Amino acid sequence: MLLFVARRLLYLIPVLIAVSLLTFFIASLLPGDLAYTILGDQATPENVAALRKDMGLDQPVWIRYFGWLGNILQGDFGRSFRTGQTVLQTVAERLPVSIELMLLAQLGALGIGVPLAIICAARSGGPFDRFMTGTAFGMLSVPTFLSAILLIYFFAVELRWLPATGYVPFAEDPLANLRFLVLPSLTLALAEWPSIMRVLRSDMIATLQEDYIALAKAKGLTPARILFVHALKPSSLTLVTITGINIGRLIGGAVIVETIFALPGIGRLLIGAILTRDLIILQGVVLLVGAGFVIMNFIVDMLYAVLDPRIRHGHA
Amino acid sequence: MNGNILLSVEDVVVDLPTPRGNLRAVDHVDLTVGAGRTLGVVGESGCGKTMLSRAVLQLLPKKAKLSGRVMFDGQDLLQLPPEKLRKLRGRSLAVVFQDPMTSLNPVLTIGTQLIETLQEHLELDDAAATRRSVELLAAVGIPAPEQRLAQYPHQLSGGMRQRVAIAIALSCEPKLLIADEPTTALDVTIQAQILDLLAREQRRRHMAMIIITHDLGVVAGRTDEVAVMYAGRVVERAPTPALFKKMRMPYTEALLAALPKLDAAPHTPLPAISGRPPDPTRPLRGCSFSPRCRYAVARCQNEKPALEAAETKAHQFACFHPIEDHADANA
Repeated sequence: MLLFVARRLLYLIPVLIAVSLLTFFIASLLPGDLAYTILGDQATPENVAALRKDMGLDQPVWIRYFGWLGNILQGDFGRSFRTGQTVLQTVAERLPVSIELMLLAQLGALGIGVPLAIICAARSGGPFDRFMTGTAFGMLSVPTFLSAILLIYFFAVELRWLPATGYVPFAEDPLANLRFLVLPSLTLALAEWPSIMRVLRSDMIATLQEDYIALAKAKGLTPARILFVHALKPSSLTLVTITGINIGRLIGGAVIVETIFALPGIGRLLIGAILTRDLIILQGVVLLVGAGFVIMNFIVDMLYAVLDPRIRHGHA
Repeated sequence: MNGNILLSVEDVVVDLPTPRGNLRAVDHVDLTVGAGRTLGVVGESGCGKTMLSRAVLQLLPKKAKLSGRVMFDGQDLLQLPPEKLRKLRGRSLAVVFQDPMTSLNPVLTIGTQLIETLQEHLELDDAAATRRSVELLAAVGIPAPEQRLAQYPHQLSGGMRQRVAIAIALSCEPKLLIADEPTTALDVTIQAQILDLLAREQRRRHMAMIIITHDLGVVAGRTDEVAVMYAGRVVERAPTPALFKKMRMPYTEALLAALPKLDAAPHTPLPAISGRPPDPTRPLRGCSFSPRCRYAVARCQNEKPALEAAETKAHQFACFHPIEDHADANA
């Protein structure tokens, strides 16, 4: 098991290097000179040249890459030339918003998707199963910007139960914080539960055909025990993958949802950085988000081993 | 048949809808098993023997249609409400499946799979159930049973897994054990061990047993009665000694002839049964074995022989030209 973890951790290194390369070079391909952007319209060629020299922009791109990477390895991701804040400070400010949104959205999506999947699999082919499979397919085709606007219309505008936009930090007022996050996380959960349900439902239907389920029935176990103890665990590998990918994706913020609901998360930070050409912030945030995604996948791999002892013992 | 009848299968029919039409997997089968007795059900693959066992256990596929009566211990299993059926399964009616590689849950420990059965049916606390599980594993010949409880099925060999499956089946002292090809998936060297283990535990626990197999060699000497199945029907049924002394149905004879013999000269060709079993979605008008039977005459193709007793009441067969008659004709 220790060997398994160590080997997976080693795999992370080349992936992270690739992420840093892509981040840096794609950002440096953006049109326009950073020095001009910083100095604005009034810049004289002398000022620009001085700033370029100062920032190392006159150096070849691979030397700049290694300089950037070297600083990062020492914990220095750079500093925004607009706000003066370091990348790490900015991310630390925004990350809790995105993480809270991500966690609530996942809880919602799993809370809707998993029970429905189990009921559908247990009664596969029945009217409830067919109805839910159809509903899931329909929900899968609804874009988040549409469901967000509909939710705002019903719950904020018509019923006035929840605020439409805005944010209060959790530490300031936990209840208000949750009220602001209900609609955004519901929007994301509505987009994600159908895939969770479809995947778990079909895996579970396959599992229920297995010999060991027939034996579990022949042993006289209760239907609930067969579903939850015998069938759910071996059916949840794909579910874990999907959830892991969803979480990894949402670490980078939910750009659309954060924008619609005016949540100060990573997604809006990225959009802001792109619109204002804040290259340092953009590079740093994309790298951190990429690293988060890769690490999330590593955790998913570890969860496989927890779920299936054959992977744990290196048999599969 | 002496003693009380524990299981009686009466006129059971199993139909499976398939894209090619209705498949009659079990065709009007009658069987009985007395308490503490052993019945062997023999036939080649696809003859309906597994479907028959699944019908008894009520584990048929959802789409299957089942009719007839399955009387077990005085109750008709087909009429039993699900909750009562559940309390019976694993408690007084247990099963060992063919393939121990797939019949144990890969993500649960051996201990969990044993203990859950015990605690479902018997009032046992964790300590007592664990103790009982260790005893059961020891009884089926598993070395170091305490350590096995924490292991997963993939950490055990096929033979050991089948022993675990047998321990699970025996755990609540069932009245009837159905062993569906219990040795087919195992190495030849293990097969006799598993069969001997089943026979020993059966005697010790006074339970009845149904051994389902395609191998007449497995039922010889290990069963009280044998039923030979072909194309969903029982075609010959007799007390084991009587059957091996004088088989009447040509199919039974062909099945026995198809077994390799140790004392045969090298390179003796095996007399395989030519042809294939009839397509179960297109039932024949006459005897379903007639296309492959070397004794078949015109009548066999047009009329279905009934399962009838001959000189002794216990020996029944479904054939117009049972084997002895041919011998007479040749003499």
